Amino acid sequence: MSWTATGAAPKPATPAWMKTIRPQHVLVLLFLIAYPLVASPFWTVQIGAQSLFLGVIALSLMFLAGYGGMVSLSQMTVAGVAGYMVAVFGTNSTHPLFGWPLWAAVPIAIVIATAFATLIGIISVRTAGIYTIMITLAIGVAAFYFAQQNYEIFNGHSGFAGLPGPVGFGMDWRAPMPFYYMSLAVAALSYLAVVYLARSTFGLTLQAIRDNARRMNALGFNVNLHRVVAHAVAGLIAAIGGLLYVWMNGRVSPGTIDIGPVIDILVIAVIGGLRHPIGPFIGAVLFVLMKNFAIDLISPERFNTLIGLIFLAIVLVSPDGLLGLWRLASDRLKAAGLNGSTGRQWGNNSWRNNNGK
Amino acid sequence: MAEALRLNRAGAAHALVLEGVSRTFGALVALDKVDLTVGAGERRGILGANGAGKTTLFNAITGDFPSTAGRIRFFGEDVTKLAPFERIRRGMRRTYQNSMLFRGLSVLDNLYLACRGVSAGRFSFIRPRQDDAALESARDLAHAVHLDGVAESLVSDLSHGQQRQLEIGMALSGAPRLILFDEPAAGLSPAERRDLVQILSALPRHISFVIIEHDLDVALRVVDRVTVMHNGAVFKHGTPAEIQDDPDVQRIYLGGKHG
Ligand SMILES: Nc1ncnc2c1ncn2[C@@H]1O[C@H](COP(=O)(O)OP(=O)(O)O)[C@@H](O)[C@H]1O
Ligand SMILES: [Mg+2]
Repeated sequence: MSWTATGAAPKPATPAWMKTIRPQHVLVLLFLIAYPLVASPFWTVQIGAQSLFLGVIALSLMFLAGYGGMVSLSQMTVAGVAGYMVAVFGTNSTHPLFGWPLWAAVPIAIVIATAFATLIGIISVRTAGIYTIMITLAIGVAAFYFAQQNYEIFNGHSGFAGLPGPVGFGMDWRAPMPFYYMSLAVAALSYLAVVYLARSTFGLTLQAIRDNARRMNALGFNVNLHRVVAHAVAGLIAAIGGLLYVWMNGRVSPGTIDIGPVIDILVIAVIGGLRHPIGPFIGAVLFVLMKNFAIDLISPERFNTLIGLIFLAIVLVSPDGLLGLWRLASDRLKAAGLNGSTGRQWGNNSWRNNNGK
Repeated sequence: MAEALRLNRAGAAHALVLEGVSRTFGALVALDKVDLTVGAGERRGILGANGAGKTTLFNAITGDFPSTAGRIRFFGEDVTKLAPFERIRRGMRRTYQNSMLFRGLSVLDNLYLACRGVSAGRFSFIRPRQDDAALESARDLAHAVHLDGVAESLVSDLSHGQQRQLEIGMALSGAPRLILFDEPAAGLSPAERRDLVQILSALPRHISFVIIEHDLDVALRVVDRVTVMHNGAVFKHGTPAEIQDDPDVQRIYLGGKHG
């Protein structure tokens, strides 16, 4: 079963990754592809695409917290940096600066945001637990005020509007259906990348560092360097999610990286569950649905109260979020049935079971 | 070239030289100006009652809990200020008195981590291949410490004795030059002790080691010299025979233990 056991076996006819595909995976994929064909533009973009790219940003937090044991509150800030940079280097209608085409502005934005995330990593890796949360929150708040008070580059509290979306292949990628599919592609690629990475040598060492940093140091690993690299990887994911974020509305302002959105990402990741990369997407769907429809049930000002209560309820009942609830339920069912297969905690059962392709 | 010259100076013949090494925890002096020299290829035993500072000495040598005073040289090189991972990459290894294994991983995965830690490719973003050199070394190590039968088992499913063997296997990764064994025989059955003595005796002669061991049957069979510690300081050095017959040692350690 473990990848280490297949060494002497003849090369299997089907690649290892194919064997991990289950019917429910195919069903989910078919649903996600067919969804905008039946959904209204509101459901396609406001609910569908938004869940996907918020899930991507929350996924970057899941990667750091779930595999690295580092809860960083500045992932939305990193996403916002990417959004700001694409506005600064690209075109916008409020405060034009460089006016570069998107094909040049996008890579620059991603590189700068990833470098920013790396810097956050360098600053925060020497801290642990609550101090990591505090220092990354402080960085996020500082970035907010900096953007709000700087007019020369960041255009102060009004920020930038009129950002053009990507065009190409004869399509406006901001139109509902293309935007949805672009978000879906980004989400799927980010998800698969994280799933793959979790079982790579880097993913394994990161999880081992999470479990026992002192031991890893005494095995020859530069623990802090691994953590910084994890921040860089997570920063890259958040940056790409951030581009979709600002393209949806065509605007970026200090409000994008205000404390509210910063906390939203934490809420999404924790509600969904930090144990598996699918968690942040589940959390994002629930969050976006509530944000859009809670208004029908309660007054808009009460939304934060509601989401706060749900956050509390989920954390208290299941520290692993909705994913944990799901696992709890399916374990109960299995225990009632044939075998109570125990869900191993380590790396989502993951590292040991791939075939080391 | 310059490196080689520097190493040749100042006792490169010695695996380990400690000069006035101390470690304090707040007001507690856990290690008090320890001088210790271990020759290349030498096997040294450390004796001392509980709380004498033996584990603290190991922690200072590896940097797990760095020394607060004194100097540590490893094959001539001053490593006092180096992080543990840098000392490990230079050929230092250790085992832990209390298990520090990755319990949710298999035996082979633990060994793989140990082999990866002292080789290149630590940041590889791809999954290890079956012919990965570190993975092959891990399999060899599983064999060397008599764990090939349970290589795929999770550490949490191993017996206490097997976990101690795995600790030793992880300390053998790469090219160790000096290994620190912290009470490897604790809690082992007589049969497992014989196994342990066999593994230790089979180590290549060029590998130096220091072993903390209460069980004189184990310790005296594998060591050349013995250092006795008392209250964080070195109490006495000597050959196994000298130490066994020393009345002072009997009093503070052996006597104390039996009486
Ligand atoms: N991390 C630590 N923090 C505080 N005190 C410690 C720590 N490690 C060891 N000590 C103290 O140092 C002394 C020596 O402990 P130790 O080296 O573990 O003894 P030994 O291994 O010889 O039994 C003991 O009094 C112990 O309580
Ligand atoms: Mg001890």
